Amino acid sequence: MSAPAPSLFTPAAKALAEKLGLKKGRANLEEFADTLQQLATADKNIVAVTSDSRGSGKLAPYGKALPRQIVEVGIAEQNLVGITAGLAACGKKAFGVSPSCFLTARSLEQIKNDICYSNVPAVVVGISSGVSYGALGSTHHSLHDLAVLRAIHNVTILVPADNFETREAVKFAASATRPVFLRFGKAAMLDLPGADRPFEAGRARVIYPVGGSSLPTGSGNVASKLAPTTDVAFIATGETVVHALLAAAHLAEAGISARVLSLHTVKPLDTAAVLAAGRECRAVVTVEEHMVAGGVGEAVASTLLQAGLAPRFKMVGFPDEDTVTGAQADLFRHYGISMEGLSATAHSLLQ
Amino acid sequence: MTDHQLHLKSFALRRRMLTLIHGAGAGHTGGGLSCLDILSLLYNRVLRITPETVDSPTRDRYVQSKGHCVEALYAVMADRGYFPDADLDTVCHYKSYYVGHPTRKIRGMEMNTGALGHGLPICLGMALAAKMDGDAFKVFTLLGDGELAEGSNWEAAMAASHYKLDNLVAILDHNTLQITGHTKDVMSNEPLDEKWRAFGWEVRTVNGHDYAALTSAITTPHPGKPLFVIANTVKGKGVSFMENVGKWHHGVPSDAELAQALAELEAAEKVARIDPNARASAVGQTSALGSTRSTSQQ
Repeated sequence: MSAPAPSLFTPAAKALAEKLGLKKGRANLEEFADTLQQLATADKNIVAVTSDSRGSGKLAPYGKALPRQIVEVGIAEQNLVGITAGLAACGKKAFGVSPSCFLTARSLEQIKNDICYSNVPAVVVGISSGVSYGALGSTHHSLHDLAVLRAIHNVTILVPADNFETREAVKFAASATRPVFLRFGKAAMLDLPGADRPFEAGRARVIYPVGGSSLPTGSGNVASKLAPTTDVAFIATGETVVHALLAAAHLAEAGISARVLSLHTVKPLDTAAVLAAGRECRAVVTVEEHMVAGGVGEAVASTLLQAGLAPRFKMVGFPDEDTVTGAQADLFRHYGISMEGLSATAHSLLQ
Repeated sequence: MTDHQLHLKSFALRRRMLTLIHGAGAGHTGGGLSCLDILSLLYNRVLRITPETVDSPTRDRYVQSKGHCVEALYAVMADRGYFPDADLDTVCHYKSYYVGHPTRKIRGMEMNTGALGHGLPICLGMALAAKMDGDAFKVFTLLGDGELAEGSNWEAAMAASHYKLDNLVAILDHNTLQITGHTKDVMSNEPLDEKWRAFGWEVRTVNGHDYAALTSAITTPHPGKPLFVIANTVKGKGVSFMENVGKWHHGVPSDAELAQALAELEAAEKVARIDPNARASAVGQTSALGSTRSTSQQ
């Protein structure tokens, strides 16, 4: 099944994307598969482990090219993670690949104990995450994965927004010496601005203003003493970032200033970037393809509150309800993850 | 080390396991005593690993899937010199690394286990890594019979024979008791030999307290197949009032019970030292456990 078109819902959103010069890339899933194959071709120590998921994971070409560097376990996610851990414990750079809905629920205990607690440098790759399989029903949604993994010690959680971030995240994971969870979807993504600047795990990227200044680091910076200079910050993750970017550009046309962060590393959280947004922006909106309980929004909120910062605040994501079904684009629109939805959220916060 | 020497050592190891459990105020006494002879055999005869080679990439791997019986493993590994015996006086104490299940913070421990049904899949990954690299090391795990109710074992059982992992050995501590009672009453799992054979494994059944039989079962090659050794054992083995008594699954001996257990083990050791043939009679006591036989050809 080919990746669906980017979920830019209205002619206005499409026009703004064109105006910003955003070009259509491909699915992060495909970028992942190609990057992994390139790395594995050069490094025979890299092994992919699949649970009848090489097709879903776009790893069929990898499997053909590198048959000795892929392990098929059948439809058995617990075994998938255990085997991945065992390979990693014996010096292999193992990537366990399966849809995030199964991987982070059925085999959560294996992730927790065999990989994170045992501290082996394995990579757990949750593909088709969030509501990538939106129309298939809640069995196939992973709106819990960030929450459960945030609550497990010793794992870096990476949720890349575009092809550039995906490529960099895979490279980071391949050289990491501790557990990594990678999460992405299967829709074709737009290339976001900022690919000319380095990607660093644990450091959020400023996607807007385009070419925006680098973020301050640490606490006690000069900006903390000043009144907010920006109206709203969108702190977004993964496939929602492009919608936050369009909302920011849309708000600019109404004279509202915005900052967009791609929070590609959910854990460890870039607290410096979050606190800077809380100090320098009148309102903060978090955006995630995840249930708001335990997700990115709550991570950001707790960081702000514990630093004594209380900007106007709204978490956009999936509420605790029987999730509406439909294509990912339908669900994003339904839950306000769109240029128009996020613009309206900002307007209402700033009133 | 001869079978007789292993037999003599087993008394001291059992005593150390009991004193450390007593000191910890917690532990899995019955299962520890049932698997102790298997662990002593592995570390003193079978595994190609020493305290000096714990970081060697080609060392044999042992992952204790039934992690709750770590006290027996602690006693065996301390005796073998992986860490100081005095460390075992801290088991389960505040901030001690020696917690109630294996962790890699302790020298020589391969993986953190304790949740059941995890060891075999991990060992599969290790055995696959050895095959990929052309390394000759072997991978061993110890399973509990109650543990076999965990479905992940059967996922791994399927995959191990699919990949013809003849460098993988799973040993079952078949003591037939679990926390609630007899395994056959809690969740019947027999016939285990037929099940594992049907999954494509070489299956061998032995008395799990008989070093010679265990050695033969574990070390005889099994080309093209993973090996499942059903080690018939006695829960609480070696202490009269603990043998086959369910409450000793995680019972901690009182001062008086510890004294009685230590005295029994010392007396038995004296007999064994005087009469090397006492080993045979000790095995004889549990002859109902069955003689060595290979069922893979049936």
